Amino acid sequence: MSKYLVNLKINNTPVSVEEGTTILQAARQINFRIPTLCDHPDLNVAGNCRVCVVEVKGGRLLAAACATPVSEGMEVFTNSEKVRTSRKHIIELLLSEHNADCTKCFKNGHCELQDLSSEYRVGDHVFLDLVKPKDKIQDISSPSIVKDDSKCVRCQRCVRTCTDLQAVSALAVINKGDHQKISTFMGKPMHDVVCTNCGQCINRCPTGALTERNYIEEVWDAIYNPNKFVVVETAPAVRVALAEDLGFDPGLRVTGKLVSALKKIGFNKVLDTDFTADLTIIEEGTELLTRLKRALVDKDEKVVLPMMTSCSPGWIKFQEHMFPGLLGNLSSCKSPQQMFGALAKTYYADKINIKAQDMIVVSIMPCTAKKFEAGRPEMRDSGYQDVDFVLTTRELAMMIKQAGIDFEKLEDEHYDSVLGESTGAAVIFGATGGVMEAALRTAYEIVTGREVPFTNLNINPVRGMEGVKEASIKIKNVKPEWSFLEGVDLNVAVAHGLANAKILMEKVHAGESNYHFIEIMGCPGGCLGGGGQPIPTTPEIRKKRAEAIYSEDEAMVLRKSHENPEVNGLYKEFLGEANSHKAHDLLHTHYKPRKRY
Amino acid sequence: MDKPIKKVDIIFEIGDDYNALDVLDKALARPADDIVLDLIDSGLKGRGGAGFLTGLKWKFTKNEDSDIKYVICNADEGEPGTFKDREILDRVPEKVFVGMAICGYVIGAREGYIYLRGEYNFLVKNLLNKLETFNKQLKERNLDFVIGIRSGSGAYVCGEESALFESMEGHRGEPRNKPPYPTVAGYNKKPTVINNVETLVYVAMITRLGVNRFKELGTKDSRGSKVFSVSGDTPIPGIYELELGMPLSQFVDEFADGDAKAVQVGGASGSCVPRKKFGDTIIGFEGIPTGGSMMIFNSSRSMYNVLHDYLEFFTEESCGQCTPCRVGCQQLLKGIEAVKRGEKPPAYLDELKKLTATMRIAAKCGLGQSVGNPFNSIIDNFREEIIY
Ligand code: SF4
Ligand code: SF4
Ligand code: SF4
Ligand code: SF4
Repeated sequence: MSKYLVNLKINNTPVSVEEGTTILQAARQINFRIPTLCDHPDLNVAGNCRVCVVEVKGGRLLAAACATPVSEGMEVFTNSEKVRTSRKHIIELLLSEHNADCTKCFKNGHCELQDLSSEYRVGDHVFLDLVKPKDKIQDISSPSIVKDDSKCVRCQRCVRTCTDLQAVSALAVINKGDHQKISTFMGKPMHDVVCTNCGQCINRCPTGALTERNYIEEVWDAIYNPNKFVVVETAPAVRVALAEDLGFDPGLRVTGKLVSALKKIGFNKVLDTDFTADLTIIEEGTELLTRLKRALVDKDEKVVLPMMTSCSPGWIKFQEHMFPGLLGNLSSCKSPQQMFGALAKTYYADKINIKAQDMIVVSIMPCTAKKFEAGRPEMRDSGYQDVDFVLTTRELAMMIKQAGIDFEKLEDEHYDSVLGESTGAAVIFGATGGVMEAALRTAYEIVTGREVPFTNLNINPVRGMEGVKEASIKIKNVKPEWSFLEGVDLNVAVAHGLANAKILMEKVHAGESNYHFIEIMGCPGGCLGGGGQPIPTTPEIRKKRAEAIYSEDEAMVLRKSHENPEVNGLYKEFLGEANSHKAHDLLHTHYKPRKRY
Repeated sequence: MDKPIKKVDIIFEIGDDYNALDVLDKALARPADDIVLDLIDSGLKGRGGAGFLTGLKWKFTKNEDSDIKYVICNADEGEPGTFKDREILDRVPEKVFVGMAICGYVIGAREGYIYLRGEYNFLVKNLLNKLETFNKQLKERNLDFVIGIRSGSGAYVCGEESALFESMEGHRGEPRNKPPYPTVAGYNKKPTVINNVETLVYVAMITRLGVNRFKELGTKDSRGSKVFSVSGDTPIPGIYELELGMPLSQFVDEFADGDAKAVQVGGASGSCVPRKKFGDTIIGFEGIPTGGSMMIFNSSRSMYNVLHDYLEFFTEESCGQCTPCRVGCQQLLKGIEAVKRGEKPPAYLDELKKLTATMRIAAKCGLGQSVGNPFNSIIDNFREEIIY
């Protein structure tokens, strides 16, 4: 049923929009911008900051444009005297409650409140300063997230993100009136609560109230230290988003420039997490096939299916908190970041004749949870902390600027070898469904000797932004050694964003799933929408990044993980075979249940 | 203007012929549409303060197409100095039940709830006892309607209807965006009539006594009578039912101690009327609408302290979600303190008055919108007391 049109006037300009459209959306359609602060395209409407108030003819009150649907014959004014005065008051009020030390703020230059106040030229300090000294004490307990209540404008975007998008509810509004604030359970430090470190709240926080713990200075120190050999690895989703923070439009692939910039910054070697993404596919694929064999042939009742991917550390922590009973379903594979760290400080260090203790591994990730992951006590299989520092895409952009690099003029360069070679399968790790697609490309071929039966290797059913995706592939004409899989329908599911993950997990928990393999990414859209990616994030921007990822895949010569020559060399030279003892020592891990508050 | 003050006694009067169930039967014998028409004709306006025509509210909800509808009795009486609903629920609860049942019949609701302020939990036992009987009696009459009780969480803002729904649904008591209004999407996002205790009683009383008897009372814009909680500097504090439309001067003559310098009409969120305006202030919707609280101040009171108390109250009771109210209340409070201490010039009060103009039109709900009432009326009439 099509919706009918509503006719109204905004600033005397007539416009017709579908019923149910808000004043804000209608105004955008005819290019009147109404400022907002609590509104976000990923979140439900709050209507609480009141920055977007507009005048509706005949109305006693101003209307919050983000929360007011249009009605027939409505006449809206977005810039009347009343509106301007009120809006200015509201911004001044927000600032009076705000610790506006912009020059020292990590968000300086990327802050919606800052933009608003400079647009409205407030600064005459009309109102009294209301910042409470105790709010100025930042919570830096978490290795991933910094919470600074003195910068909070109570827009509740973070709460809506954490509750609705991520189903975690680590953050909530507590108290009322002047004591109202955003808090964890009982005000506990961020590190001690259910927070998964996903950073999605950071992506939607309009101010510097939530930011990542940044390790830029530590990384500069390492680079300047002549006794350290500093290796950097970059994740697949970084190359399709970095440019946004350097002033370019979303969806631009900058892989070559990224490598070049890292070399100019002074890293000793620039390597690719994609390498270990390919490796993950071999290890995880083998693990899956082994589990299937034990279940189907050996009738081993202890085998846990479906198997679930473990690349996303936000998702892993979610699982540890929320579904500890299902930890056995997780693949024991470390994430590509951690496989990389373990190999860098063993295999690679050996190869290039550097002592592991002299090596610093830095990883550039679209993800804030990776900072937490790197510090997990399990992640020291090289004998040292495998990955020393994790920087988000945003932090890297900041370093590039600090280094005075003119990004646009950079020549493309190639990753160093070894641990630098990768395939298209690894690149698509950056998008939701990518790990699944990469795994299927390899597993199907191992089992049947033929390529997956999808045009051009593109497994479309697991692509796209739907919350939960399912696919089923019939396995036919298998090689003799895989005869137990003949005729089997391999059922897979993909979820991204933790609220969707929860839906799937509840199904598995209730024993209602017939899946064999599940991919879950903690962030909406997968890593391309990661908590460390350039801000803003919107469905539209995530779509552009996804397109960039899939086009990068198509542009690669090698598009299947098992065809990565360096990975194959690694097995031959070092690991032996997939899931070998050595591989287990370095590339696999375990998980632990966590409390739920 | 010279209408003599009349104390009336409709709500608490229990005549020989009075029987709550007779009133209900009388209503059930009539088509729902007629009851709505009568209510509109009676001119009964919501006694919670906003003053919307009760009959219209019912009509809108009745016309909504939905299988599930609700009747909510708002008994979250949180306005400082107000205690009339408590009295009503204590003394004549059946009249409230009857009002709710009539509403349920009219709009086609099957469930009704009394949302009771947390502090009134001592009433629950008695109410539940009486409800058990009453619900049975509804069943005997084949009226598919059941009344239950919900206990409030003790936040002032939960008296705001949409915050009340949020609270009933188990969420934080924060007012919602409007529209949609409760008549379209109220409790559980279903069409809901929400009336305060007193309004529902008047529905029962109009049914019993007839529209004309009700219309005899009050003025054109303010039909009927209303219950007031009288407190402050009065020798006779208490609950009184008075005809609407009387000048404040007569009220003061009747209730004050002879030395009244101001009356706060409508509780903390109402306006403060100074002595010089007693004569030309009408208590009623055409003058100062009132939630039912009348606080009298005599010359021994410091109006600075009075205002300070109110602002402290709002600073604490604002739900805090919207900027104009959360921060605005704090600025008003800190602002008068700064002026008092001489840290801001007296002219700063005018800046703050401008701020209340923004709060009045930009805050999300009635709480933030009405803080300007006490603020401006006290600043305007007692400026010296604020500054020096
Ligand atoms: S959050 Fe924004 S306005 Fe506040 S200090 Fe940081 S940059 Fe400035
Ligand atoms: S990082 Fe993720 S889980 Fe933690 S508070 Fe933010 S949104 Fe919630
Ligand atoms: S922490 Fe950020 S997102 Fe959350 S309420 Fe404060 S300003 Fe808004
Ligand atoms: S006006 Fe006050 S009470 Fe109402 S929504 Fe805003 S902050 Fe909450």
